Amino acid sequence: MLYNTMDILVSLPFFIGLIYLVLAFLYRSVKWIKGLSKFDKLRLMQSMISKRLFNSIREIFLESLLHRKIFRKNRVLGYMHMSLAFGWFLLIIVGHVETMIADQSLLVPFHKAVFFRFYNTNEDFQLTKFFAFAMDFLLLFVLSGLVLAMLKRFKKKVFGLRRTTKLKSGDRIALTSLWLIFPLRLLAESNTAAIYHNGGFLTSGVGHLMSYLVNPDVLYIALWMAYSMALGFFFVSLPNSRYMHIPTEVVLIFLRNAGIKHKKQNDTYTDVQVYSCSRCGLCLDRCQLSVAGIDDSQSVYLLKNIRNNNLSDEKLFNCLMCGKCQIDCPVGIETINLRITQRIESTRQYNSSYEYLKTYESPKADVIYFAGCMTHLTPGIFTAMKQIFALSGQNVWFMDEDKAPCCGRPLILAGQYEAAKKLIENNTQMILDSGASTLVVSCPICYRVFKEDYTLHNVNVVFHSEYIQNLISAEILPVQKSELKMVYHDPCELGRGMGMYEQPRELLKLVGNVIPLNEEKENAYCCGGSLGNIKIKANQTHLLRDQALSEFKALNPDILVTTCPKCKKTFASGRKIKVMDIAEIVVDVLVKGEDKRTIIPREEIIEEASLKSDLVKL
Amino acid sequence: MNIKKQVAIIGGGIAGLEAASVLIKQGLSVTIFEKQNREGGMLNHWSKLFPDFASSNQILDQYKVKRNNLNVFYNTQISSIKPKDNKFEISDNCNLKFYADSVLLSTGYKVFDATLKEEYGYGLFYNVITSVDFERIHKSGELLKTASGKQPKRVAIIHCVGSRDAKVGNTYCSKVCCITGVKQAIEINKMLPDCEVFNFYMDLRLYGSKYDALYLEAQKRHKIQFIRGRLSEVSEKEDMSLQIKAEDTLQGRPLRMNVDMVILLVGMEADELNPDLCKQTNLQLDENRFFKSKNMQTSRCGSTQIGVFLSGCCICPMTVNETLDNARSAAFEVVNYLNSDAHE
Repeated sequence: MLYNTMDILVSLPFFIGLIYLVLAFLYRSVKWIKGLSKFDKLRLMQSMISKRLFNSIREIFLESLLHRKIFRKNRVLGYMHMSLAFGWFLLIIVGHVETMIADQSLLVPFHKAVFFRFYNTNEDFQLTKFFAFAMDFLLLFVLSGLVLAMLKRFKKKVFGLRRTTKLKSGDRIALTSLWLIFPLRLLAESNTAAIYHNGGFLTSGVGHLMSYLVNPDVLYIALWMAYSMALGFFFVSLPNSRYMHIPTEVVLIFLRNAGIKHKKQNDTYTDVQVYSCSRCGLCLDRCQLSVAGIDDSQSVYLLKNIRNNNLSDEKLFNCLMCGKCQIDCPVGIETINLRITQRIESTRQYNSSYEYLKTYESPKADVIYFAGCMTHLTPGIFTAMKQIFALSGQNVWFMDEDKAPCCGRPLILAGQYEAAKKLIENNTQMILDSGASTLVVSCPICYRVFKEDYTLHNVNVVFHSEYIQNLISAEILPVQKSELKMVYHDPCELGRGMGMYEQPRELLKLVGNVIPLNEEKENAYCCGGSLGNIKIKANQTHLLRDQALSEFKALNPDILVTTCPKCKKTFASGRKIKVMDIAEIVVDVLVKGEDKRTIIPREEIIEEASLKSDLVKL
Repeated sequence: MNIKKQVAIIGGGIAGLEAASVLIKQGLSVTIFEKQNREGGMLNHWSKLFPDFASSNQILDQYKVKRNNLNVFYNTQISSIKPKDNKFEISDNCNLKFYADSVLLSTGYKVFDATLKEEYGYGLFYNVITSVDFERIHKSGELLKTASGKQPKRVAIIHCVGSRDAKVGNTYCSKVCCITGVKQAIEINKMLPDCEVFNFYMDLRLYGSKYDALYLEAQKRHKIQFIRGRLSEVSEKEDMSLQIKAEDTLQGRPLRMNVDMVILLVGMEADELNPDLCKQTNLQLDENRFFKSKNMQTSRCGSTQIGVFLSGCCICPMTVNETLDNARSAAFEVVNYLNSDAHE
């Protein structure tokens, strides 16, 4: 009788924990799904009965259990996550199969599998030896991950990590109990193995050793109880700790594969993303702000602050919006869009009305050039573009040369989405009225907003480097390859923002030699001058700028080329290296030997363009 | 004391020359190292000086008379100073080695590179010039002309270009530009009485004796207009005239204006080679990249390296008369040092 009471008592903490966890997770999941819009709910329903379900399951296996993305970035870190997640998963599955075989039943209570060695002490069944070995092996696998996890907490450099996240008290309880689960399981099973000789290679060995120290009978109940309590504590603390990411990531994968997108306002999809953050800290290592000593506004802290409802504007707006954190996020959280949405939410009451905006009559044109405010502040680029347009022979309208509306992107980055929409509407009207088929922009900040937030049917939005390359391919612009040694800097908005990495490089290869950088394309530095950060101080910006410049300078190039007027200005102020926009370098090669400052009258140029062979000689 | 003590002066601008003349009178052997092929430094580029419109040549000519017993190495760019047994070893890029008992730095300043404020169009638009360009034109005796050879009808003078501007990394005030702007505005008015002149300023820092009188004269007699507001951008029109955009902060509204020429009052920056001179010594730079004084109040000419002294604009931006005053006190600090026990 006593024995039976103990039976129940031992599994009780585990049960209480598990029930609490399941209820808490169900409550959250129902709340999340209820909070989705009608269309999103429909999307989710449809995805459950289509091929997408298999995609989701596959992704859950690869990412939630095997942690493939972390593996690619950092093998040790990947192994650590895999051994804990996949190892534990296998322990549960194999343990359950073992119990089913031992009981010769398909329906076994699952707590029996968890405490199998406790309940099933001496009955021999088929494959006893095999399972004893397999379970010990899996336990060792998990323990190896645990050792790495402990190492990571205390010696992060072993993992190639510079920093790891700071813990909150809820996280500490969860972390401690998680760390205790498997060592306690080892001790409990080993102790049992010392009494009943039912252990594998690991537990029987450890059990033997333990029996030298203490009489195994004394510890028997205590160890199993401790193991059960560790499990119970972990489960109870999980919903309020960062470990909530384990079940939430599954929900996120289902929602994402259903085609649910991040919105410009907070909804429960925001919550699912927030709860999916494991606070692994990969984004901390990526973030350039640490160079300037800014260590509290990174994406992991943003997500934590949203979850804890204590996000300050100081942190929310202290971000370059460069998108470097997003590429490494193993969960695939849209860190930048999430931040923009928080900015929108936090500045809702400050939106400017822009009621004074007027739409001016648009002249008819084939091509519109929208230089944007940053190109107006770098007249070198504007002048070069004017020369290129003159050579193109096309009818170009310099839309914002005189009266300059903003493209809207800086407002969006600052969270002023409603205000930006008014500018977008105003610009759209003028663009469509002109009847132009092409809109050329020379600033990636404008390019992104025109591509993402404008609805311009029948108008092709072209980035100036593409436009120039098209003119060269059509043999309208004659260029000559020079001996120039160049490095190309990927602007954040164009590279990580719009995925345009190769095209500017191809164009540059037509006019000179491009030296590859260590940190380029997806990994390119931000110049530091980002419009997205409205909290950073000028001297901090300079630290970021100089970090990038010193890498460029080490390669000893003739020129640093970029495709963003803001990057150009920021790097030029570093005074270390000559900086040019891609349009300026093309014009330089085009009218070599002539004074750059002369704007050749248009008619003359068109005439000259028809005599291309003469121009090449220039 | 039989052997004359050696003093090396790095930089043969007016600070170096003035200090040298004092030190020679004190019976020291003085050698100046000048990177260019003549002495006088930046003063060679200026035409007339504020506030009394004195000719810069007048000052430069004085030193031609005073230069007995002065050794000058021209075309010599000193790249390192090294303390060695109570002396200093000074060397340039081409194996020159010179030993001195004390070193006086008078390396001066360099003018802010206006192309860094690309939005003002210097180097891109013909009719955008700097205050240095204007001095050259004025000194040559020619009239101010636009790129197409016409007399300008409207000129805008822009204050604080490269000064008090965190974006270009200079948060300090260059001190001399405001009064230079007033002076040049008057000079334009004298040169071309029909030309309208507008000065765009953040705030006017006219702190010297008689400067305010000049400011009043500019407004009353020469009808110069002062607009409080920083320029945002300049753009060139088809006829090469310029459109400027600014904010009139007194009226609180944006302003757009067409002008024929823009003159940028470029600020003063520390010399780029200052860090090289710090390498083998205890010399330090301040937050503005100028040499750091031993004490801001009591020892402005003393450096953070014993035996090395500072004079003129390598400490901070200074006017001509401040530079000369400062050079004389620096010279006395050198004398005191060489006579002190610390040196013996």
